Amino acid sequence: MSENQPLLQVDNIFLSFGGVHALREVSFEVRTGELFSIIGPNGAGKTSMLNCISGRYQPNKGQISFKGNSIIGLKPNDRCKLGIGRTFQNLALFNHMSVLDNILVGRHHLLKNNFLSGSLYWLSGARKEELVHRREVEDIIDFLEIAHIRKEIAGTLSYGLRKRVELARAVALRPDLILLDEPMAGMNLEEKEDMARYIIDLNEEWGMTIIMIEHDMGVVMDISHRVMVLDFGRKICAGLPDEVMENEQVKSAYLGVGFDDEVQQADEEVV
Amino acid sequence: MASAHSRMRCGEFRTTYQADMTIFPTPLARRVAVVSVLLLLLAPLCLDAYYLNLLIQIGYYGIAALGLNIVVGFTGQISLGHAAFFGLGAFASAWISNNSGIPVFFAIPLAGLLTMAVGLMVGIPAGRIKGLYLAIATLASQYILEDFFARAEWFTGGSAGAMASPFSIYGYEMNSDKSFFFVVLFYVVVMFIAGANLMRSRDGRAFIAVRDHYLSAEIMGINLNKYRILSFGISSFYAGIGGALFGHYLGFVSAEGFTLILSIQFLGMVIIGGLGSVMGSMLGTIFMVLLPEVMEFGVHLVGSESTALTQALAYIKEMAIGLAIILFLIFEPDGLAHRWRMIKNYWKLYPFSY
Repeated sequence: MSENQPLLQVDNIFLSFGGVHALREVSFEVRTGELFSIIGPNGAGKTSMLNCISGRYQPNKGQISFKGNSIIGLKPNDRCKLGIGRTFQNLALFNHMSVLDNILVGRHHLLKNNFLSGSLYWLSGARKEELVHRREVEDIIDFLEIAHIRKEIAGTLSYGLRKRVELARAVALRPDLILLDEPMAGMNLEEKEDMARYIIDLNEEWGMTIIMIEHDMGVVMDISHRVMVLDFGRKICAGLPDEVMENEQVKSAYLGVGFDDEVQQADEEVV
Repeated sequence: MASAHSRMRCGEFRTTYQADMTIFPTPLARRVAVVSVLLLLLAPLCLDAYYLNLLIQIGYYGIAALGLNIVVGFTGQISLGHAAFFGLGAFASAWISNNSGIPVFFAIPLAGLLTMAVGLMVGIPAGRIKGLYLAIATLASQYILEDFFARAEWFTGGSAGAMASPFSIYGYEMNSDKSFFFVVLFYVVVMFIAGANLMRSRDGRAFIAVRDHYLSAEIMGINLNKYRILSFGISSFYAGIGGALFGHYLGFVSAEGFTLILSIQFLGMVIIGGLGSVMGSMLGTIFMVLLPEVMEFGVHLVGSESTALTQALAYIKEMAIGLAIILFLIFEPDGLAHRWRMIKNYWKLYPFSY
């Protein structure tokens, strides 16, 4: 991979469900080490875009390359091996497993023991391998400050903690690119601050490239390197946070066209 | 509740990850398990044939129930064809030992592998369908195998059945209850330890992940099809071993024993014992094997004088078994394993149960 080649390149993606065009002509690229945010009103196609990258949806047209190779047609589990991890908008933890086991599932593609060597555990070296990975997982647990709940059953945790465990599970994959779908939805200010700190640390210290969908504009504009705006499945703008904030199209997408004029007209009619 | 059982026992401190990853949750549990296996080794000396027979039954059904729990409880797939795999294991082991000269000692694991191969084939469609559709597909495999047992005379002896030679080591035939008990005990210990190990290593976690949230399991790098098929294969292996032990214990295998009713009974064992619990599979088997015996005992206690009453009680016994299962599902839907955890938690915190 050459220096200036983007880590992820998305070219001219079309995705439709029957007559609904979820994504139209979306193109963008994410460079190694970037913290890239996708914003847009509800139903704009942000999550559909992530699903195309992580492999849950196959786009009808277009090209997605990761590290220079096309990943179109690959199954989600194969993309994971290439180094793409993600979290979900609605919690998708393994609710009956402990936090520790949840995170260990993230090590799946890095572990080598199988059902046979796993059953023989002590005789096959599976135990040794599990120990090594347990240490790795404990690093992540320390980093995300969830040591006190490592033996709890995931389904019994509070929302904010579950979000954090989900992030831990995605980090356990040791991905090069991590897709975060609304990591801060439904959190209070303190939890949001924590989460923002974790995301920045992942980006800066752990060297992960991040694509994030988030509705909290304060967070998005503060921590992102670049922002892309989607509206009705189209990319309407991309650039530095400040540029995006000033963009007229973005304002109209969020606030509606000629909103002020309409209000004025309505006022005049009343008078 | 769940948070309570995750807390450690009072006075137990773990300073290494290794100490935190043992097969038994506490040293006490390990000691109890070792002692109970040692006590069971003495069982043939002090128990009569009736009780030994029950223990052997619990043994081979328990191994098969653990297999079913792997597919139903851990992977979240339904299977209504488990009895057929159990039967296939019995026939396969008899056939291998009768026709190839391979001693029974090796025929049992080979029968397990053969059953596993068939289970993997059944698993191929099962990897693609879910829920009720899968129930019907596995029901089909039950009937296909039953039909195969009835027709494939070269393999099963058809309606006449097949003779299964007794288990022997170094020419010493273990055909009595007393000696065969050790064989079954050995297999139970090995299979249950292997099952528990499986569930705390990579592929076991993958099974549970597929059950709990298959979409995110796939994102975590788990190949859904592979693991759904594999769980059928492993489950069939356990069923095959259980069935082979059954066959060599009775010395005679006939197709009538492996009907849908037995499949449902296996499901009953797994549900009563606790879905997704290795120990629960054993508890459920103990419950399902002993329940009719306890009911029978009750009938003898009450109705020994009049034959009419005894007959009526025989029906009541059957109904009482059904009733007990229904009550169980209402009051203890998480199974005996869950109840056991609750009891442990109670004693752990006793007398401060809050």
